[in-house]
Amino acid sequence: MIGIVDTGGANLQSIKYSLSRIGEEYKLSTQWSDFDDCEKLLLPGVGAAKNVMENLKERDLLQPLLAESTKSIIGICVGMQILFNYSEEEDTECLGLIPGEVKKFKDSSLTVPHMGWNQVSMNKEFDDYSGYYYFANSYYVESTEDITIGHSAYGNKFSAFVRYKNYYGIQFHPEKSSVLGMEFLKNLLRL
Amino acid sequence: MLTKRIIPCLDVRDGMVVKGIQFKNHRVIGNPIDLASQYSSDNADELVFYDITASADNTTVKYKWINDIAAAINIPFCVAGGINNIHIAENILASGADKISINTPAIENANLITELAKRFGSQCVVVGIDSFFNGSNYQVYAKTGKEESAYQTNLTTHAWVKEAQERGAGEIVLNCMNQDGVKKGYDIDQLSSIREICNVPLIASGGAGCMDDFLQVFNKSNVDGALAASVFHNKEFTVMELKKYLIKSIRVRI
Repeated sequence: MIGIVDTGGANLQSIKYSLSRIGEEYKLSTQWSDFDDCEKLLLPGVGAAKNVMENLKERDLLQPLLAESTKSIIGICVGMQILFNYSEEEDTECLGLIPGEVKKFKDSSLTVPHMGWNQVSMNKEFDDYSGYYYFANSYYVESTEDITIGHSAYGNKFSAFVRYKNYYGIQFHPEKSSVLGMEFLKNLLRL
Repeated sequence: MLTKRIIPCLDVRDGMVVKGIQFKNHRVIGNPIDLASQYSSDNADELVFYDITASADNTTVKYKWINDIAAAINIPFCVAGGINNIHIAENILASGADKISINTPAIENANLITELAKRFGSQCVVVGIDSFFNGSNYQVYAKTGKEESAYQTNLTTHAWVKEAQERGAGEIVLNCMNQDGVKKGYDIDQLSSIREICNVPLIASGGAGCMDDFLQVFNKSNVDGALAASVFHNKEFTVMELKKYLIKSIRVRI
């Protein structure tokens, strides 16, 4: 069972449909106690970091998220970004579950948001899943050896997929990335 | 680096995909789910649905087709048409659309762009612009959905593109009216000129007639994507055929 943490974003349909398509059972809730029987939790990726953090606080989800050490926590897009210490988006203190900061794409030759399909190169363990994924982000986490499993490039290299302890972060939208996105998600949820 | 996007556009009326000739004589060409699935498996990067349903009632029934599309495809899609307040935008996004595109309502109330960007994030908010070259200026037109309602605004396209970005638009779709429906190629001059002042993704619209038109617009205007309707609906070529043609010199996803 996958738990989708309802962080208040408007579009949760896509992720729900994706999970159904790959045969995963899920439940969506704002109540942490509902996730007792879930091995994995998804933080979906819609909205702004500050707004998501505020919603987590209001819904009493902050403390249980910080305390969770056994379930895998998988953040998508902004759901990934809030796993880090800090985001430049509206100067937001984030969860601090993964060391690092989230920065804005600043290169003036780039159009921002970084929107569309970009190539992701995965490391050996995930090499079958290298390919094109759909992104829609103005902020990014630098690619580092310690945590980055998959990287992409926009001006500079950045993290497309990270892992640290029981936390996973996906900067792209696997639920919007056609066949490869589905396969990637299916594999990740079965790890 | 990012690939260039190929974006088929579908007109939807009363939940069915229609095709009209110069705003008239709409004829049903299929249901949106079948066509969306078809374009999705043909490697379209994204889809735009332009809802031309006349009825003003804003019920969830009205958005059922959006929900059905979200269930059927796993590529991003945008819904345009009749979105003139936050509530409608929220319904459409909650039904599963990834983006909303606003045109005339943004001209009539520019603050709508600001509100939508604040509430849903810039990546959700597309501003569509109908632009006409009147011999000396690129000028913004409103209510172009019907010939009799279309009118020229006092906005220049350059000024409007700048304001839309400042207010938080995450993407601009520039429909060049002089070229629209003529199939003689995208308006390279206009798109290049707008590209210089547009720091968010810019999507070309209007004029695609052959595969070379796409090559030219990407090479010469450096747009991020190209939108087209009739060339795809008339099956002059498929998205995949187009991408195979482009990939020799343009980065596209195959």
